[in-house]
Amino acid sequence: MITQYLFYFLSFVAIFSALLVVFSKNPVHSVLYLIITFFSIAGHYFLLNAQFLAAVHIIVYAGAIMVLFLYVIMMLNLNKETEPHKSTMSKFAAIIAGGLMMLSLVAVLRGAEVNQMKASVNNNIGLTQNLGKVLFNEYILPFEVSAILFLAAMVGAVYLGKKQLD
Amino acid sequence: MTGYIIYQIILVVAIFTVSLVVALYATYGERKIAAILQDRVGPNRAGPFGILQPFADGIKMFTKEEIIPETANGWLFIIGPCIAMLTACMTGVIIPWGGTFELGGTVYSLQVTDINIGILYLFAVVSFGVYGIMIGGWASNNKFSLLGALRASSQMISYEIAMGMSIIALVMMTGTLSLGEIVKQQDDGYCNFVYQPLGFLIFLICAFAETNRAPFDMAECETELVGGYHTEYSSMKLGFYLFAEYINMFISSAVIVSFYFGGYNFPFQHELGLSGNLLTVIQTIVFFGKIFFFIFFFMWIRWTIPRFRYDQLMKLGWKVLLPLSMANIVITGLVMWLTGKIN
Amino acid sequence: MQVQNSLSDYLPIFFMFVVAVGFIVVTMLATHWIGPKKKTEKKLESFECGIESQGNARIPFSVKYFLVAILFVLFDVEVIFMYPWAVNFKELGLTGLIEMFSFMAILLTGFFYIIKKGALNWE
Repeated sequence: MITQYLFYFLSFVAIFSALLVVFSKNPVHSVLYLIITFFSIAGHYFLLNAQFLAAVHIIVYAGAIMVLFLYVIMMLNLNKETEPHKSTMSKFAAIIAGGLMMLSLVAVLRGAEVNQMKASVNNNIGLTQNLGKVLFNEYILPFEVSAILFLAAMVGAVYLGKKQLD
Repeated sequence: MTGYIIYQIILVVAIFTVSLVVALYATYGERKIAAILQDRVGPNRAGPFGILQPFADGIKMFTKEEIIPETANGWLFIIGPCIAMLTACMTGVIIPWGGTFELGGTVYSLQVTDINIGILYLFAVVSFGVYGIMIGGWASNNKFSLLGALRASSQMISYEIAMGMSIIALVMMTGTLSLGEIVKQQDDGYCNFVYQPLGFLIFLICAFAETNRAPFDMAECETELVGGYHTEYSSMKLGFYLFAEYINMFISSAVIVSFYFGGYNFPFQHELGLSGNLLTVIQTIVFFGKIFFFIFFFMWIRWTIPRFRYDQLMKLGWKVLLPLSMANIVITGLVMWLTGKIN
Repeated sequence: MQVQNSLSDYLPIFFMFVVAVGFIVVTMLATHWIGPKKKTEKKLESFECGIESQGNARIPFSVKYFLVAILFVLFDVEVIFMYPWAVNFKELGLTGLIEMFSFMAILLTGFFYIIKKGALNWE
């Protein structure tokens, strides 16, 4: 019973702060609201007994990626007079991209079966130990491929960064 | 169940109070130790041996004027030190402060909660420490603060990786992420330091960097940056930043002791033939003794070793500690394989 | 050995959060009320070594900090991937060891690339 109330509370917080991310004028405030959103999503993972995923969500998303976002925002010139005007073209592109995203989300949610999700609650697959066993036995290939993905990201970041420096 | 929750609340409040008091007296200890190392007297006016000095400092902080610069971002300026303080306080819950004791037929544990992702929780809280400094420094809208915040945050994130990797070698040995379990495994036999000397060294250095203590206090390098990220802060907001540093020092000493020096265990504890409750009391005292030694060590280093230059600091973090911690993982893995500890 | 945690094990973390937030709010309000309030124009200026401040601090800074942040994210994810492996290290055995070593080898290649390109040089 309590978990149900918690679920509604966390969902409310997640959606509310996600809306605030979009509507707040100051981008740094947006980042803070996004962190709150991530925390409430991590709370959802806890409710599903996916502890490792919850911890990872906080460490990687809220702790690492948002630091990167803050850096980006601080790097942008935030003086009022120099704020770049967004062209109609980019606004249009944003609307199309956002619309497509929403369309695909709706399509996915329509296809999902509720019963299937219920079955996976209340088991221990989300514990770190069990997750590790699955990851390093059955899904070892995707795991190694992710290393190559990291490698590509590193090379890309260094290449772009060096271009800026020189 | 209700009784247990009440016990937990009492313990949480107790831990919070203890960390505040220890942090308060760490400021006094820092000044006294600095004085001894520099052949001075140190604070000696407030009370006998200046023992009331921390309270005098606290009252001073409270009664100072609260200045928020006109150009600063008001709310973010206030939230910065609050986040710093909050993240400093959050770790105390998962540290095993002692064994179990029995009261009226019920067994209570001195560790408030033994979550089985303890280390990941710790890691998450540490990764959050960056925000307090970054937001505070940026919101001040002062060039020195911005530079201090940038330096501090990028130093903290650099050392976080080496820190995470040095713990991995420990987890490989213990096979658990729960702090209570790690301490229990050191109950008999050697403490983890014997098996993980390199990991301990890396973790210790990273702990210095994460708490922004000398020789890694680039963030507040006063000769270059006035006061670093807290240049614009006054009254208790400044107090929070300074206080958070001391709480962090206390907590990271506790974590180091739990990870590598047996936590509350001490040699020959089972040969003494003590009863459960008495043993727990002694264990807690021993634990705090070890913690105080590490707090002293933090201060000793601060007043002995000069500050790093920024490029040296980044070089140490990325080019020395990161490869070393990777090597530590490889060595641990190979040794465990060769000695037949794994299947 | 498998410690099964229920949601109630996370309750103390919530308690600590409440206690800490309560303390912070009370302290902030107290210092706001107790402290004197004599605001002057000069006092509210941002500090710049005593001279009048030039512009503000919303200035772009070196791309190096940004690069460090990106690399941090990548390595952070890598470290996180290692935790489920380290917990199961004893059971996974030699296969697990080889798997993780090849993962680390790929990342070390990237690391050497970063070093060679001088992305982490601060001189």
